[in-house]
Amino acid sequence: MSSGARPRVSVVLFPGSNCDHDAVHAVETAIGADARLVWHDGTDLGRPDLVVLPGGFSYGDYLRCGALARFSPVMDSVRDFAASGGPVLGICNGFQVLCEAGLLPGALLANSGQRFLCQDVHVRVETIRTPFTSDLTKGDVLRLPIAHGDGNWRAEEATWDDVVAHDQVVFRYCDAAGERVASANPNGSHDDVAGVCNRARNVVGLMPHPERASEEILGNADGARLFRSFASGLLGRSA
Amino acid sequence: MGASAPTITPALLAEHKLTSDEYERILAALGREPNLVELGIFSALWSEHCSYKSSKVFLRDLPTKGPRVVQGPGENAGAVDIGDGLAVVFKMESHNHPSFIEPYQGAATGVGGILRDVFTMGARPIAVLDPLFFGDPSAPRMHGLVDGVVRGVGGYGNCIGIPTVGGSTFFHPSYDGNILVNVMAVGLVRHERIFKAKASGIGNPVLYAGSKTGRDGIHGASMASDVFDDEKAQRRPTVQVGDPFTEKLLLEAVLEVLEGDAVVAIQDMGAAGLTSSSFEMCARGDVGMRLDLDRVPMRESGMTPYELMLSESQERMLLVTKKGREREVIEVFERWGLDVAEIGEVTAEPRMVLLFRGEVAADLPVAPLVDEAPVYRRPWTLAEPLPPLEGAIDLSGAPDETAALLALLASPNLCSKAWIWRQYDRSVRTNTVAGPPGDAAVLRVKGTKKGLALTADVNPRYCFADPMRGAAHAVAEAALNVACTGARPLAITDCLNFGNPERPEIMGQLAAAVKGLSLACRALETPVVSGNVSLYNETDGESILPTPTVGMVGLLEDVARAVPHAFRAEHDVVALLGETRDELGRSEYLATVLGRDEGPCPLLDLLAVRSMVDLLVDLAADGLLSSAHDVSDGGLAVALAEAAMPNSLGADLNVETALLPAIYLFSQSAPRVVVSFPPGRERAVLEAARRHGVPTAFLGRVSRGGLRVAVSGNVVLDVPVSTLTKVSEEAFGKMMEVTE
Repeated sequence: MSSGARPRVSVVLFPGSNCDHDAVHAVETAIGADARLVWHDGTDLGRPDLVVLPGGFSYGDYLRCGALARFSPVMDSVRDFAASGGPVLGICNGFQVLCEAGLLPGALLANSGQRFLCQDVHVRVETIRTPFTSDLTKGDVLRLPIAHGDGNWRAEEATWDDVVAHDQVVFRYCDAAGERVASANPNGSHDDVAGVCNRARNVVGLMPHPERASEEILGNADGARLFRSFASGLLGRSA
Repeated sequence: MGASAPTITPALLAEHKLTSDEYERILAALGREPNLVELGIFSALWSEHCSYKSSKVFLRDLPTKGPRVVQGPGENAGAVDIGDGLAVVFKMESHNHPSFIEPYQGAATGVGGILRDVFTMGARPIAVLDPLFFGDPSAPRMHGLVDGVVRGVGGYGNCIGIPTVGGSTFFHPSYDGNILVNVMAVGLVRHERIFKAKASGIGNPVLYAGSKTGRDGIHGASMASDVFDDEKAQRRPTVQVGDPFTEKLLLEAVLEVLEGDAVVAIQDMGAAGLTSSSFEMCARGDVGMRLDLDRVPMRESGMTPYELMLSESQERMLLVTKKGREREVIEVFERWGLDVAEIGEVTAEPRMVLLFRGEVAADLPVAPLVDEAPVYRRPWTLAEPLPPLEGAIDLSGAPDETAALLALLASPNLCSKAWIWRQYDRSVRTNTVAGPPGDAAVLRVKGTKKGLALTADVNPRYCFADPMRGAAHAVAEAALNVACTGARPLAITDCLNFGNPERPEIMGQLAAAVKGLSLACRALETPVVSGNVSLYNETDGESILPTPTVGMVGLLEDVARAVPHAFRAEHDVVALLGETRDELGRSEYLATVLGRDEGPCPLLDLLAVRSMVDLLVDLAADGLLSSAHDVSDGGLAVALAEAAMPNSLGADLNVETALLPAIYLFSQSAPRVVVSFPPGRERAVLEAARRHGVPTAFLGRVSRGGLRVAVSGNVVLDVPVSTLTKVSEEAFGKMMEVTE
């Protein structure tokens, strides 16, 4: 991307996605992106600077969250894009799809309370070595909304060791002061994990919804910091 | 006609909920005996649910017009202008009987059905509100119903991606055998894209789109028009099963086809499925249809015309397209992976001709089924007015005010409902500026500076004591809730839930409640643009409290000026707008603390409500307020606690009153509003209040301490805010824990 141009963002639309328009609106308002929706059965991502897999209930989440979406033709293109180092952000159901597709480690199980939960949570930035946290400071606390029934992130022991060894935990649930306390973890996820990245660090998934907290009129713009990190990183890379 | 037409026996008529008089009307309209398919169609369209035959004569009295009304009752939903070329489309409906039989699916399909009413108008749904009414919460079975309904509302709304932003939950033993699930849906549409369900254009193709037709929900409309007994509670096959994923695809496909100009008319297949959609579209356009039922996409083999016409399978639409343009519409539905089929055409003669396997399965004139359906003037009686309670209540043994407040905050009706609304996605679509527990939800309107305020209200205790005044209270409370955010009330939708209309005292409740709605809507200039009537809400002879739920939409010119309900800053001045009288009748205090559900409901001066609404809109527009919160159930004490809890801010207040402290704190006089504003604005607030003739009392200041109220210098209420929050937040979960 040349300096001054608008970041190009492709938001993948699966049947049953329902945060697709929210993601488009958020990147348009937060970073002035040139955003478009990409239909699940195509393979042309449209040469984006960023691919977003939005929240929702892809394919009704009928088999298992994200389990069917990974077979969509568009996912081949997303895999290629990620393999070439392109930044990919999976939000909520998008995170579940990325885990199912093997682009991110671990899996997301039903919330420990066995209920869908919609509420604000706090997350702590655990690494700034991703495109979406590069402008933040390790230990920063963000307030973000969650809205999910299956956000309980789990990993097998070997996978978990790997995730820790390679600093792949991006966000952890915490209280407003940044302390990890049991009451701050809304879904029982392992070690309070709210978001992870792949080993190459260009693919990030998280359960909270930054796109729902990107404007002051909604009472919270913390989520916009993720998109702004990405945009300023893009400028840096292209400079 | 098929040769297998059975003889119409009295038993067959009874099974179809048709009286012998009604059958005589059928014979006169047709000039012959109907066959079974035709009888089924008459039964569905002449049911109370579809025909409004008992309520129609009263509903005509409701005001339905106004300068902003774009579409009043009679279409799938109402529409009101909000400027910027946009209209807000909304409607509320009940799904009571199905939800009692199978709470999850009943509630879920209630959400699905009302959403389809909104998007068939061409509007994109932006919000759902769910007023719920349950029985005695100590009954273990009620926990399963609460849990199932809440999971059902959430399961459908969360999946389709429409936020559930408001509602209410009311518990009373009268709902023990007949819970109420009302759902309101709200959408936005550009004026020129509003679609109607009026078939026209002879030879135009009729398209079926959405899910396949199965055997579910057959006779749903007539079930909803019948009283309950134990046997009927076993009627599981009549409850439909919802699929929000398919509805999401249908929503996107329908909005996509309505963006073009190939569609002439569209209607959801709701109650009475293919029957009501086809007949009502024809009636509006004074045309007929010829439908080939073999072409209806079917989920099961061997389905009969009777089943195809009366199935209430969900997520289905009937469309009329321009001739020659059907292909492009079909392609859109196919791309979204939905079933779609051309099943017939529009005909000039207003008759419905149904073909099946090469034979005529039914041939009916349209008008007798729809516009000429029976209308009943059922006998009705009004209950005697109740004597006032003033001075009749002995408060000498009552707990002190602090204990009473804590008891109220822990009670099923007034405790925090976060347990419920945390299970609803409230923020999807990124428009929600304020959701529960505020007075009204506030949504911004993208692309404009505007906002919408949404609420749904009714106090069934008031409506039982005095159906007319109680219904007017529902409109008033809705208007006050909307106005507290700074929004101007625009219009209402109503959902009239009552018992058996064949009982004169129930009919009297309905007649009086409609009168009350009418008076209040006229006084507040909020016309009724859509609605729904649900009768026969009784079980084993026990009727529900009369429950005319009011859903209201208000408009904020500048959403950035929306006023929250909670205190915001220490040292802000706290004031009470409105007059407090000795009115404990039908109050939560009387019911919960003293165990007495009696007396008349509070007086209601509709002009005072109007003045209060105007004042609140002015104060918000001038940016004077930090917070505004309507005083309703639980009185001033509960209103103060609700304003205190969200931001953990207390108040230090001293009031002068001739009333006993408990009466002052727990009276439910209306209209009253607790406001707070930064110091130095007293004069501006007072001047505005004087201009509108609203009595105003400065009570004290917002503080970092507890909630502390003194009457004439004597402290009567003193409690840490953290205690209030703990009591309020824990109550509902504890109540539900018993079965978890």
